[in-house]
Amino acid sequence: MDLLSDFFLAKSTFIGIVFAITLGIAAYSTYFERKIAAFMQDRIGPDRAGPFGILQPLADAVKMFMKEDFIPANSNKWLFIAGPCLSMLTALMTSAVVPFGDTVTIGGVTFDLQGIDVNIGILWVFGIVSLGVYGILIGGWASNNKYSLLGAIRAASQNISYELAMGLAIIAILLFSGSLSTKAIVEGQQNGHWNIFYQPLGFIIFLICAFAECNRTPFDLPECETELIGGYHTEYSSMKLGFYLFAEYINMFISGAVMATLYFGGYDYPGIDFVTAQFGNNIAVFVGMGALIGKALLFVFVFMWVRWTLPRFRYDQLMGLGWATLIPLSMYNVVVTAFGILIGKPFTAGIVGVVLLIGGLLIHDQLFVKKKIA
Amino acid sequence: MKLSNRTKVMEQGEMTLAERMYLPAIVGGMATTLKHFFSKPVTIRYPEQKRYLGPIFRGQHILKKDEEGAERCTACGLCAVACPAEAISMVAAERIPGEEKLYREEKYAKVYEVNMLRCIFCGLCEEACPKEAIFLRHDTMVPVFNSRDEVIYGKDKLVEKMDQRYLREGWK
Repeated sequence: MDLLSDFFLAKSTFIGIVFAITLGIAAYSTYFERKIAAFMQDRIGPDRAGPFGILQPLADAVKMFMKEDFIPANSNKWLFIAGPCLSMLTALMTSAVVPFGDTVTIGGVTFDLQGIDVNIGILWVFGIVSLGVYGILIGGWASNNKYSLLGAIRAASQNISYELAMGLAIIAILLFSGSLSTKAIVEGQQNGHWNIFYQPLGFIIFLICAFAECNRTPFDLPECETELIGGYHTEYSSMKLGFYLFAEYINMFISGAVMATLYFGGYDYPGIDFVTAQFGNNIAVFVGMGALIGKALLFVFVFMWVRWTLPRFRYDQLMGLGWATLIPLSMYNVVVTAFGILIGKPFTAGIVGVVLLIGGLLIHDQLFVKKKIA
Repeated sequence: MKLSNRTKVMEQGEMTLAERMYLPAIVGGMATTLKHFFSKPVTIRYPEQKRYLGPIFRGQHILKKDEEGAERCTACGLCAVACPAEAISMVAAERIPGEEKLYREEKYAKVYEVNMLRCIFCGLCEEACPKEAIFLRHDTMVPVFNSRDEVIYGKDKLVEKMDQRYLREGWK
């Protein structure tokens, strides 16, 4: 009984900390999004609220709460409210299986720096991410607005299309780890054997799919202003809109963490043995947690970087890219990886796979593509 | 029909697979944005920082005094005549003995008013003035006003203060 309550306390503390970190980072992502946008456009960005504008997220939140919480007369009220709640819930749930670190021992009690280590870890991520589209779909449908519905439909079809390629990219990872558990995947990559070196192609596919899953530019067609006014959140205002926007930033951070877990060794960092020898296991593990969050934030930066670089795709381009390019590519990647593991040289196979692919493309161009006149 | 032989026929042709892959173009675009990420912002924080607008910027009016501190304006009314917006009005008065230190000429402007809502800052008053009395200063703008009482600038706001004289580039 005592053991159970200790376990419960440790887990709830850890989950509370993870929630706090996630929400804090999501709040400040909005600030950094604006700052990064400003820097990339040679501007200064928000700098009035507090020094360098660091109180801007607070001011935004106050603004959001103060606004009128409007519910359209002909909307389905319960589903209208359920939409953003579901979005937020699913966004937060994904972080449960991300391993933030190895185990630490404080005062004779061992803490596992992971919400739950289930043996279907990566499937859990997929399940929750595909549930996330319900938040958008329900919200868009309940608004009783054509544009919202169109945005929601776009979100649903886009997420389904890109989940296929994403799943196939992960199969190559699973061939290495032999387990669906995120912990096992990370432990297989310790000491610098990061999957990115073995899976460059798989990583690019996963990254592109992550963009599509988060509804970020260049795949932000569900909330496309030019065609759909605001997409699925056209009718939303006040904190319900805030929840949708917030869920997007949480998703960005979590997908960054998932990418770091799957391809960049999770909490692994160079010099981990040195830190363990010098400062003990606990410090090394917490530095590893910092490393994971740092990697995730790097991906958040990449998300924003891409957003302020690329315009959005046309819808047929989006579907063409998903079905006709990424799925065949990820199948190719699975075959190459399997072959590499079969002959026992996964690293060489990964490189040769990419080289063969590019070579094949170039030969195809030489043979079949009509030359441009310069 | 070709008018000159300089026309270049551009045929688009099919996109190569590398082009259809988008990735090289995306990397190029991201390099551009990253370059701008580290470049200096062109924005200035306006109310605190101000740009130098040049030596001939036409800002707030000033009624100059001469070296001895006597007003140059003689209330001839040429500025008011020249003003296309009819923003300037004045009341002339005769200088009485003992006021030589205050006014340079025998006639002076007892009242000199510029309506800042009418003024278009064209600078024609400055060009019309034969006594080099009125100028549009290059370093000060007319501040924002919140009520109509503040709109008409009288001599209290327009006459140059001797402790902060207005100098333009090239003047002695």
